[in-house]
Amino acid sequence: MTLLKVDAIETYLGQYHILQGVSFEAKKGEVTVLLGRNGAGKTTTLRSVMGLAPISDGVITYNNKPIHKLPTYKISNKGIGFVPEDQGIFNDLTVEENMKVAMKKKDDVTMERLEWILKLFPDLKTFWHKKGGYLSGGQKQMLSIARSYINSNDLLLIDEPSKGLAPIIVEKVMRSIQEMKEKTTVILVEQNFMMASMIGDRFYIIDDGKTVHSGDMKELKEDEQLKKQYLGIA
Amino acid sequence: MSKTRFSPFTILLIVLGLFLAVFPFVNDSRTMLILFTQIFIFSIFAMSYNLLLGYTGIVSFGHAMFFGLGAYAIGICMKKLEPGWNGVLLAVLITVALCAVLSFLVGILTLRLKSHFFAMLTLAVAGLLMVTAEKWRSLTMGNDGFTFRVPDLLKDRISLYFIALVFMVLTYLLMRRFTFSPVGKVLVAIRENEQRVESLGYRVLNYKIIANVVAGTIAGFSGILYAVSLRFVNTSVFATEVTLDALLMTIIGGVGTLFGPILGAALIEIAQHGLMDLAKVHWIFERWVILFGTIFILVVMFFPKGIVGSALQWQFKRKNSQKATLDKKERSKAATH
Repeated sequence: MTLLKVDAIETYLGQYHILQGVSFEAKKGEVTVLLGRNGAGKTTTLRSVMGLAPISDGVITYNNKPIHKLPTYKISNKGIGFVPEDQGIFNDLTVEENMKVAMKKKDDVTMERLEWILKLFPDLKTFWHKKGGYLSGGQKQMLSIARSYINSNDLLLIDEPSKGLAPIIVEKVMRSIQEMKEKTTVILVEQNFMMASMIGDRFYIIDDGKTVHSGDMKELKEDEQLKKQYLGIA
Repeated sequence: MSKTRFSPFTILLIVLGLFLAVFPFVNDSRTMLILFTQIFIFSIFAMSYNLLLGYTGIVSFGHAMFFGLGAYAIGICMKKLEPGWNGVLLAVLITVALCAVLSFLVGILTLRLKSHFFAMLTLAVAGLLMVTAEKWRSLTMGNDGFTFRVPDLLKDRISLYFIALVFMVLTYLLMRRFTFSPVGKVLVAIRENEQRVESLGYRVLNYKIIANVVAGTIAGFSGILYAVSLRFVNTSVFATEVTLDALLMTIIGGVGTLFGPILGAALIEIAQHGLMDLAKVHWIFERWVILFGTIFILVVMFFPKGIVGSALQWQFKRKNSQKATLDKKERSKAATH
């Protein structure tokens, strides 16, 4: 069943025509990976879904209802979590406060999720009262992801979670996404093809602001020609 | 048995509180009493401005509009009615209502805009109120202003000193409660990354309006106290200089810190008073605004976090370096064993 459908969206950032017809679908319970070279439009696609980069044409439907005309906070409240590329940590708030600001409810389910998150990322427990600005890059990424896990979102948009991180932390982050996969649908933008192919079910390749290829992740793993052409992997 | 330990800052606050409580009884100088009362009043005003600038990241050039509304509300009520407590209560109610409605309307119309547009529009609204006060002579006496009588308790300098002190302490406690509350934390998050807060499901505009209404109403209270302390009001209460004073107090004391605006208000009021006294020594001190400008530039250059902010940063660094030294010692001890 399709949870999110993006149909031929076009987005301008200032005078630049960034997205020129991106289409893809995210099916419930799957990890959909958006691949492509730097500057292809992957981040803008996620920002367009969240309403942060409003689209000028096309349709975005979530649970078969259009959401592209809604403001960002309403899109978020429909159950869509977003982990931005720059992590978006609030530097002057402690880890605890960062988590609490992200909590939409403070019921038993959320507290259970918090416990699960702290088991997943024990570092966060260690630095619970430390301000976000004093965390390392890896800890910030963990906090950013943890913040999106705290609510029972039906869909998670995660933008380049491995960017600039040490391999050991990348592994931790990817393992958490794999665990999260059982609870929610994920759309992942990832440059690290090895990681993306390990957890992804379906892929879409975006090039020059358009979707140029899509299919099953298993197929892409074996298609050397496609990987070389669009992802620069020899 | 467990011992309650106070932080050095809490001890400092207690000592300061005791000093301020006994000051009117050990001091004979009327000037000092008035100076301290002014410090308390401007501390309240600066704390309200700090909620906008320091906690929410909103730059307003028209915050004086609320200060002026409070000042005119008490002035007109005292002038038109008997100078009794009923009039004071009515003035407080009018101030709360006017400041809350105006800050809500200004917020809803302008807070959607980018920060510099908001700043310009607040300047325009404050200017509009100033022109209204100038032109509505039958009510405000225009630029000349008017004097008014107040209840006897408020005439007494010592009583007014304590009333202003109590209001300052209450404002500090209210600010502390507010900024530590979940709403306060969302405001800090908005200051840091508005888009991120929106994508967490918050309607940012609503929170900015809450901050504007709270700050506006508190500024109105400081305006009431200011007019009562002078028993006079004229259009200068709406002047941009009043907002700029609050900006200076907040930045010099420490943006986004609770105690910063109080310290900033004290420093600026004392400096202003001291520099004016020095005018007898050299004419340059008559132009104290120039000296203020220089101090402001130096503070922004060398202490961008203000005095309290810089002190907190220094304390944090010191703690961290002490911890690092201890860790190093422990590691080397373990290595030798």
